[in-house]
Order: sequence, then structure tokens, then C-alpha cells
Amino acid sequence: MSLFKQITEKPWERKGIIGGLKAEGTFDAPSERVALTFFLIAASIVFSLFGVSYYIRMELPDWLPIAEPTALWFNTGLLIASSVLFQVSRNIVGNGKSKNVLLAFFGGGVFAALFVFAQLQTWDELQAAGVYLSSNPAADFYFLLTGLHALHVAGGLYVWLKCVFRMVTGAEPQAQRLSIELCTVYWHFLLIVWLVMFAVLANT
Amino acid sequence: MAYVPLADQDHEQEMHHPHSWVTKYVWSQDHKVIAIQYGGTAVLVGLIALVLSLLMRMQLGFPGTFDLIDPSAYYQSVTMHGMIMVVYMLTALLLGGFGNYMVPLMIGARDMVFPFLNMLSFWFYLLSVVILMASFFVGGGPTGAGWTLYPPQATLAGTPGSDMGIVLMLLSLFVFIVAFTMGGLNYVTTILQYRTRGMTLMRLPLTIWGIFVATVLGLFAFPALLVSAIMMLFDTLLGTSFFMPAIIESGTPMDYDGGSPILFQHLFWFFGHPEVYIVALPAFGLVSDVISTHARKNIFGYRMMVWAIIAIGGLSFIVWAHHMYVSGMNPYFGFFFATTTLIIAVPTALKVYNWVLTLWEGDIRLNAPMYFAIGFIFTFIHGGLTGLFLGNVVIDLPLSDTYFVVAHFHMVMGVSPVLVIFASIYHWFPKVSGRMYHEGMAKAHFWITFLGTYAIYLPMHYLGFLGVPRRYYAIGETDFIPASAQTLNESITIAALIVGAAQLIFLFNMLWSLRNGAKADPNPWNSASLEWQTPDTPPVHGNWGDKLPTVYRWAYDYSVPGAKHDFIPQDMAEEDVEMEDGSTGSTATGA
Repeated sequence: MSLFKQITEKPWERKGIIGGLKAEGTFDAPSERVALTFFLIAASIVFSLFGVSYYIRMELPDWLPIAEPTALWFNTGLLIASSVLFQVSRNIVGNGKSKNVLLAFFGGGVFAALFVFAQLQTWDELQAAGVYLSSNPAADFYFLLTGLHALHVAGGLYVWLKCVFRMVTGAEPQAQRLSIELCTVYWHFLLIVWLVMFAVLANT
Repeated sequence: MAYVPLADQDHEQEMHHPHSWVTKYVWSQDHKVIAIQYGGTAVLVGLIALVLSLLMRMQLGFPGTFDLIDPSAYYQSVTMHGMIMVVYMLTALLLGGFGNYMVPLMIGARDMVFPFLNMLSFWFYLLSVVILMASFFVGGGPTGAGWTLYPPQATLAGTPGSDMGIVLMLLSLFVFIVAFTMGGLNYVTTILQYRTRGMTLMRLPLTIWGIFVATVLGLFAFPALLVSAIMMLFDTLLGTSFFMPAIIESGTPMDYDGGSPILFQHLFWFFGHPEVYIVALPAFGLVSDVISTHARKNIFGYRMMVWAIIAIGGLSFIVWAHHMYVSGMNPYFGFFFATTTLIIAVPTALKVYNWVLTLWEGDIRLNAPMYFAIGFIFTFIHGGLTGLFLGNVVIDLPLSDTYFVVAHFHMVMGVSPVLVIFASIYHWFPKVSGRMYHEGMAKAHFWITFLGTYAIYLPMHYLGFLGVPRRYYAIGETDFIPASAQTLNESITIAALIVGAAQLIFLFNMLWSLRNGAKADPNPWNSASLEWQTPDTPPVHGNWGDKLPTVYRWAYDYSVPGAKHDFIPQDMAEEDVEMEDGSTGSTATGA
């Protein structure tokens, strides 16, 4: 039943078990997926508000644009590779197969970890060039936003690590299907956030 | 992966049965225990905030009499009272307390979807409270920046608690938001996915609708507070200039340059206004159920009530700048925000009419929960009407910094939700504790609180019209404020002290009744909704015994024409309903 139809029902007129003997969730999806969706909306709001703050702050007279490190293009490649590998592992379990799932899933996480490491490298690079936190507002935002995004990746890696551990210690990849699916969704979300953030940071 | 509803799962949810006293009462994953932990903590910090408000009132009523209350202590009391009441008391009690207790019971589930996360949510909340309380004991004391924490003054020397107090406040808010997010994801997912057989969205009691929409608001609005808290922490601790403008302190220029304090105000109120409804919507829901049950009538206009809750929730995100008219803004902005603000009055008034129409010709049982519920309708109408004044830019400008605003927001989001909380505590006390409370004490508690509320806040409206400014430690001598204003202030203080003391009756009643109250029936109010139909009172771990209930009707089948009893429980099938002529429902209606 569509959501609109559900909330236009007249409950005082209909008695009995609506929809037969089956209990119905509002969404035909596992609870974890519904919770993740709400979490991702909340996280998008966090990043969007930082984005809005960035544009408002940019209008003020003391704003000095910084040159974003060219390494960011390479880092973006790492995150894309990570997302692609997660998608590959998801496709394999989605087709009911198990071969190479662990390899793709593990690889996805490794690329993500490399991404976090490479992002932190850009911090050193900038500081060596005399751009550091509190030196000017554009730099403040650079450190704040990349740091926050890296923290979100790190949070995802914690879940990824638990899932890898379960598979290495003998859990069937099919039994980890939900975890793999949710990790993939989360990584695509992080990639989209990063692409938007990269565009925003570069647009100074 | 296909979704399998809880009621259809072979083994249902894996229950984390407690094995020891510690896992049963301390590290508990049972939603009912967590609810009581949340509620108890919230009431405790609420009492601290109450005492702080009495300190303020003592200074205002009798300036200079109490050495204890110097200007710093006054501003610290104002700040901590506001923040504790709004966030740590009301939000935590309504969503953490009532949300946790009611959601699984009212939708026919055994527990929340993620019990472990739920437990974690409470412990993070407790941690946030501990951090906040710690600020009373650090050098400089808690922050005295006002609950809105506006930069730059919040972090400048001269404002009490500008060194550690403000940092602990921001940290505490950060932890609270983490706690809320864990709890909130649980409530939303549980309500959407774990409803039992036959419990459609439109058969949910309004309590659940209120909690659901308020939780969604919280999940979408708290990020704004998180963002502003993070940037302000950076400004304070790491020397960035997100919000801090170029500023000279005691003759020396500070390191800040070019930040935007107005940006903070926008972020803060983008959270702050929905926060009003995070508190109000669960209260609207709870009071609807109390009124319907004790008026023995179905709630008037159920669908309208649901849609109004959703509409108010949506609108609450586009009115925030009405808190900032005096900050200066483009007149077209002011016009836009005044318009959206006044539009909110439509669904809100609709709810008030529906409560009154539910009472109309009802078979009203005037017991304590109903007293408080009707009291709420009064205070909410008064607080709501003054909101119409303040929503207009031209009226808000002269009144904004006066006691009129203090009176308005206390009536509408202080007293009103608190009256609903009392109504709800009395209403559900028999289910939660298995005992009845003392009716006489409860009614005494009501009359003192209700009349006292008016003795406190009605004169404040008048003080506001006179132009008595709020946020002042002492008014001193002025040309425009008559001496009689001070007499009024004294009377307000005396009323506040009496109302504060009257809350001891409530506490005593609760504690006394836990032991000595009469044993409660499983369903003493003959209520139709699901939480009263549990096999055990108080409900045990797992709530429903062997089998989850099946729902055949909405939660408001009161005084159904032809039925023998004046209520039909939600889980009663049509063929089991006894009719006055001795037949059963299915034969009488031919269904």
C-alpha cells in the first residue's frame, strides 16, 4: 500500500485485519536499511549546513582562497575505486554467488583506508606551505570539512572491519549479505558527499 | 533482501533476557527500564533547573537581599535553567522517557528494533548530563551566555564561564546529539517497521504520531546544533574565525577576524525552532490520548490531527528567523518568516478545536490526568495567542527584549508540555508501577501548579507591555517603569516559590504510591489502546507473553453505539464484541 494511501485511510470505518493476516512494515526493506536511510539524511543535513556556512562565510571581506592540493584528484580516484569494489562485492552476493566476495569487499575497505591516509597527507602538505588551521577562513573550512569526511569514512571502516573479521573467521558471505549491501550504500553516499565537497572547496 | 515483519518471523526477535540484577536494572536493553532511566534522570535535572529558576526569581523579587546571587550567578542560572529545561529535561523526558516506554507497547512490539543501541543512547545521555553538571565545578563555573550561546559574547571574558563553562556546554550538547540520534533512529525504525498485525499507520494512537514526527524533526534539526557547536568549539579552542568577528578586548585586538555571529544565529535557530515542536508534538499526542480516554469519546477528527502534526512538523523548518527579527534583516525576509509563522497557527488551532470538540458532550471523568489535560488546553491557548502577537515583525520589535516574550514562551513551551507530562505520568502510572497514585494529592498538585502558573506568567505579560527588559540582573531606577512593577515582581516570586514547593507533593505522591498505593487494575481507565491490554501489569520483559497481539480497530473505539461496554480494546475482534442486546458485534453489524 502506498504511503499516501496509508495516511488517507479512515480508521474508524475499517474494522478487522487490514491487509490480511500479514503484518506490514511501511517499507519492504530490512530495519537496518531503513535506519541507515534516516541516518544518511541526517548526515547529509550536517554536510549541507557546513556547505551553506561555507558560502555565507566566503562572502565576507577577509576571505582568502587557498590553492587546493592537486593530490585531491588522486585521492578522489582512490575513493571511486573503493566504491566500485564495494559495488562489485554487492553484485556478487546479490547474484547469490560467493566467489571473490571477500576479495572485492576487503579491497574496497583498503582503498578507503588509503583515501583517509592520503587526505591526512594533504594536511601536512598544506601546513608545509604555510596554510594551517586558523590562518584564514578558507583553510579553516578545508581542515574542518576534510576532517569530518575522513571521520565518517573511518566510522564506516569500523563496520567494514567487523564484517571482514566475521568472513575471515568462517562466516558465509551470503550470511553477510545485508552488511555488504549497507556498506556499499554508505560508501556511495560518502563518495557523493566527497565529490560535492571537492567541488565546493575548489570553487573559491 | 526481503523484509520479514516481526509478527511473522519464526523466532520473532531475539530477546536479550537479563541474567542478573545489573543487566536487568543497570545495563538493561529493555525499553521499559531504559524509559525509566531516561525519565528519572530527566526529572532529576529538571529539579535542578527548577531550583535555578527560583534563585533567579529571588533576585528579581527581592534584589540585593541574597548575597549568594551575584550577577554572574544570576546569568549562569538563566543559562543553565533554559538549556536544561529545553534539551535535557523536556526533550529527554518526552522522547527518551515516554518515547521509549510507549512506542513498543502501543504498536504491539516486544521491544525496540535495536535494543543495544537504545541502551547506548541512555548512557550517552547520562554522560552528556554529567559533562553539563561538571561545569558547575570548574573554574569560572558554568556558562552564563544565555541558552542561545550567541557568539562573540559567549566566549569573551566578562561573560561568566567563558573559559571552561562554554566548552563543557558545547561538548555536552555534542554528546547529547549523539545520544538522541541513536535513540531517534530506533523510534523511527520501530514505528515504521515493527507494528504488529493489523496495526496500520492510521490505527496508531496520536501519541505515537506525535513521537514519530517529533523524532524525525529531531533527526533533521539537531544537525544544525551539531554544526554550530563544532564550529564554535573550533573558534574557542583552535582560534578559527567561523563566528568570531574582529574584536578588541580590554584595548587589545584579539586574533579573530571577519567571522559572522549572524551565521551562528541562523544555524542555532534552524535547530531552535523545530526544537519547540520536538517538545510540543509528543505532548500534543499524549494529551490527545488522555483527553479521549477520560472523555469516553473518540478523538475528534483523527485524520486531521495526524495531518496537522505532519504539517506543523514541516512548517517548523521555515520559520526560524522569527527569533531574529531584532538582529536586522531584509524586510522581505521578515515578511516571509512572519507569514510562515502565522500559517503555523492554522494546524495548531485545528488541534485545539479538536480537543475541545472531543470534550464536547463527552462522558467526562474528572480525575487528575483529565485536570492536567484540560489545564493544558488553557495554558496552550494563552501561550499560542501571544505567539500571534510576536510573530509579526512590527509588534515583535518593541516586545522582543521584554518580559512579554518570557511569559509567551513559558506558557506555550514550558508550562504546557509540563502539564501534559504530569497528565501522562498520572495516566500511565498504574500501568508502569502496578499501583494507583493518591488522587487527592494529585488534585492538590494540579490546582497549586495551574493557578500558580497564572499568578506567575499573567503579570509578566503586563510587565512586558510596560517595557520591563528581560535578561537584566536588576532593573534599578528608571523613568518609564513605575515602582509598582517591583511589587508585581515580588508577587511573581512568591507564587513561583509556592509552585516550586508544590512539586514536592508530586514527588511524594509518586514515591509513596509506589509502595503504598492501591493495587491497580490492568486497565483502570478502561482504555482502548494496546498498551493497556498487556497480559501483565506492569508489563514484563517481552511485553506480550507467548503471542504478539493482533489489532482489529483504531485506538479510539469509545462509547460505540450498541456496544455493551463503553470501550472496545484495539485487539478485540468484531465477533468478540458484546452488544447491548446480547448478540456479538459480527451478528449485529452483519460484518
